[in-house]
Amino acid sequence: MSDWKFMARQLVKNPLSLAGIIIISIFVIIAIFAPLIAPPPEGHLDHYMIPRDGYSATPKLPSEEHIFGTTEGQYDIFYGVIWGTRSAFRVGLVVIGIVLVTGILLGSLAGYFGGIIDEVIMRITDIFLAFPALILAMAIVAALGPSLRSVMIALTVVSWPSYARLIRGDILQVREEDYIEASRGIGASNFRVIMRHALPNAIYPTLVMASLDIGAVVLTAAALSFLGLGAPEGYADWGQLTSFARNWIVGPSSDPLRYWFAVTIPGLFILFFVLGWNLLGDAFRDILDPRLARR
Amino acid sequence: MGNLIRIRDLTVRFYTYEGVVHAIDDLDLDIRQGETLGIVGETGSGKTMTALAILRLIPYPGRIESGSIVFFDRDLHSEIELLKLSEDKMRSIRGNKISMVFQEPGAALNPVYTIGDQISEVFLLHQRRELGKRANKQVDRLLRDGDGLAASIKRPFWHWQKRLYNKIAQESNPFEPRFLSHVPLFRRLLWRLKNESKLLTVDMLKDVEIPDAARVAVHYPHELSGGMKQRAVIAMALACSPELLIADEPTTSLDVTIQAQMLELFRRIKVEKGASVLFITHNLGVASEVCDRVAVMYAGSLCEVASVEELFLHPSHPYTKALLDSVPMPGKELQTIPGALADPLNPPSGCRFHPRCPSATPVCQQEKAKLKEISKDHMVACHLF
Ligand SMILES: Nc1ncnc2c1ncn2[C@@H]1O[C@H](COP(=O)(O)OP(=O)(O)O)[C@@H](O)[C@H]1O
Ligand code: SF4
Ligand SMILES: [Mg+2]
Repeated sequence: MSDWKFMARQLVKNPLSLAGIIIISIFVIIAIFAPLIAPPPEGHLDHYMIPRDGYSATPKLPSEEHIFGTTEGQYDIFYGVIWGTRSAFRVGLVVIGIVLVTGILLGSLAGYFGGIIDEVIMRITDIFLAFPALILAMAIVAALGPSLRSVMIALTVVSWPSYARLIRGDILQVREEDYIEASRGIGASNFRVIMRHALPNAIYPTLVMASLDIGAVVLTAAALSFLGLGAPEGYADWGQLTSFARNWIVGPSSDPLRYWFAVTIPGLFILFFVLGWNLLGDAFRDILDPRLARR
Repeated sequence: MGNLIRIRDLTVRFYTYEGVVHAIDDLDLDIRQGETLGIVGETGSGKTMTALAILRLIPYPGRIESGSIVFFDRDLHSEIELLKLSEDKMRSIRGNKISMVFQEPGAALNPVYTIGDQISEVFLLHQRRELGKRANKQVDRLLRDGDGLAASIKRPFWHWQKRLYNKIAQESNPFEPRFLSHVPLFRRLLWRLKNESKLLTVDMLKDVEIPDAARVAVHYPHELSGGMKQRAVIAMALACSPELLIADEPTTSLDVTIQAQMLELFRRIKVEKGASVLFITHNLGVASEVCDRVAVMYAGSLCEVASVEELFLHPSHPYTKALLDSVPMPGKELQTIPGALADPLNPPSGCRFHPRCPSATPVCQQEKAKLKEISKDHMVACHLF
């Protein structure tokens, strides 16, 4: 379709969005080929657990054997960041996926039908939005017990209300359009009107927000892991790697930058992942907006 | 000829934060078979709400408070009380037996679909049997004429398709095709339905005099001119040969030259399709061009209903007279109606028009006049008669 060609051309035309595409593509490749890039050692059962080389607390400098060095507890940083890419995608995509589905479902019901349905759904979102997101997420993880799954549940719970609101607002606006009334006038059912006529015109801002949020969700997940409320110890996860490096940000006074790699390398992975999604989100904003496109 | 629509005591109210809006009050109106009935009135007089009430599409927070709207179904030869119909049944009437053309031609088309997609949707919603029959014929032709290796490989699929289309053509909502239409891959077996609807769509676009219909069908709404869009919207409304076509100010937002073409189109439609048309306009000149009868509305009530000639030659209701005087004409001083349109939140007691009426009598403030037949085909709601 020429629409797709148009979108592709727009994406590549802007150097920033091109950068976003390249960054995310590299991460996708890393995630897919993790077993080849960082092969798990023989007899290693759970591939997501970072292999360790001893138990000493002091990180080891990069070497032939550990090209990014080891962090506190002798976990291999290279293995951790490579397999951590998979964790990052899993957290980001699963959370945003579930949040999108719930948000779109509840938001479009509220916006389209209005009245009491709207009132009930919006008051529920009010309750969720009344808590500071990070604190609520921490409380939920603490209650469920620290694990990557709890982190995903917590992030889903704190994120869906803003999606429901956003979609509701846009549906509310689209609902007043004549073509919605016209589609009811040709005998389409409410379900059909929402799915076929209202949502395609209301969903773009939400998709843009979703792609921006994938980065944000991974960042928050890293923050929770950093606070010790995330993946179990030794699990390949960028937040956890920065958490290991917490005591080694500043080295001995003779050589304060001695352990730079322990925090910088996982930090850079997080930085580029978030940056990549942000650039991509901006690019989506430019191409998905039907008013800008096809002109 | 009999009545196609019989509206009695229709009352529509809006429950807003500021109070109850009396949009339509005790309206009685008949639409006859094959006629074009005009509704004329100022903005806010309730013309659109009357039309939406017939389709039962009054928007929230509005409600049809009471009354009855009877629709005479020519196919079933029976009367249907629309206000008592289930939502499912009502849906099968909208766009099929009663359809509507909305005011803004551009706004009534969904910007993300092509014109063709939007018109085919009407066929897919209401004419599945017809589409099934047509698809069936296509498959028959393939089965008869197809030969060679490709055809012998495809033959079993054609047989399966034939079976599905046969079911669609015979039953109203057959299970097997309905189920398959939700399964990815198998859905493709039914592509001929869509294809047939596209063909019908192009025919429809030709019918409303769109040149190069096949090409226009794949355009998005914003790629067409206002007149084209309006034609497309009319094609959509006419797709299922409705018995009643409601046109809500269909020409208001168009250029005068295009307006004239549209009016011509409406006249032709009426003659060719035998549909009744409810033509809503605030322009008396336009009404006189296309309508057989005209109903004049003021603040949610009917003032006068008469044939066009009768209304223009012998206007009887003081509001109709004032309205006719306010039509600009060369060599005539323009008269305006004193006072403002009645506030629908606090409508005046008795006759809605009494604060502005030059012939008002004391009884007008207390009592609302009923529609009375003052001569053949001429009804007036006024205490003077
Ligand atoms: N959404 C709404 N909320 C409140 N009142 C409304 C709404 N829509 C229409 N109305 C009222 O219904 C009356 C009739 O409106 P309408 O039928 O659109 O007028 P017309 O089509 O003749 O210009 C108006 O007086 C208006 O106040
Ligand atoms: S009923 Fe009275 S106020 Fe109303 S139009 Fe007739 S004369 Fe005027
Ligand atoms: Mg109107």
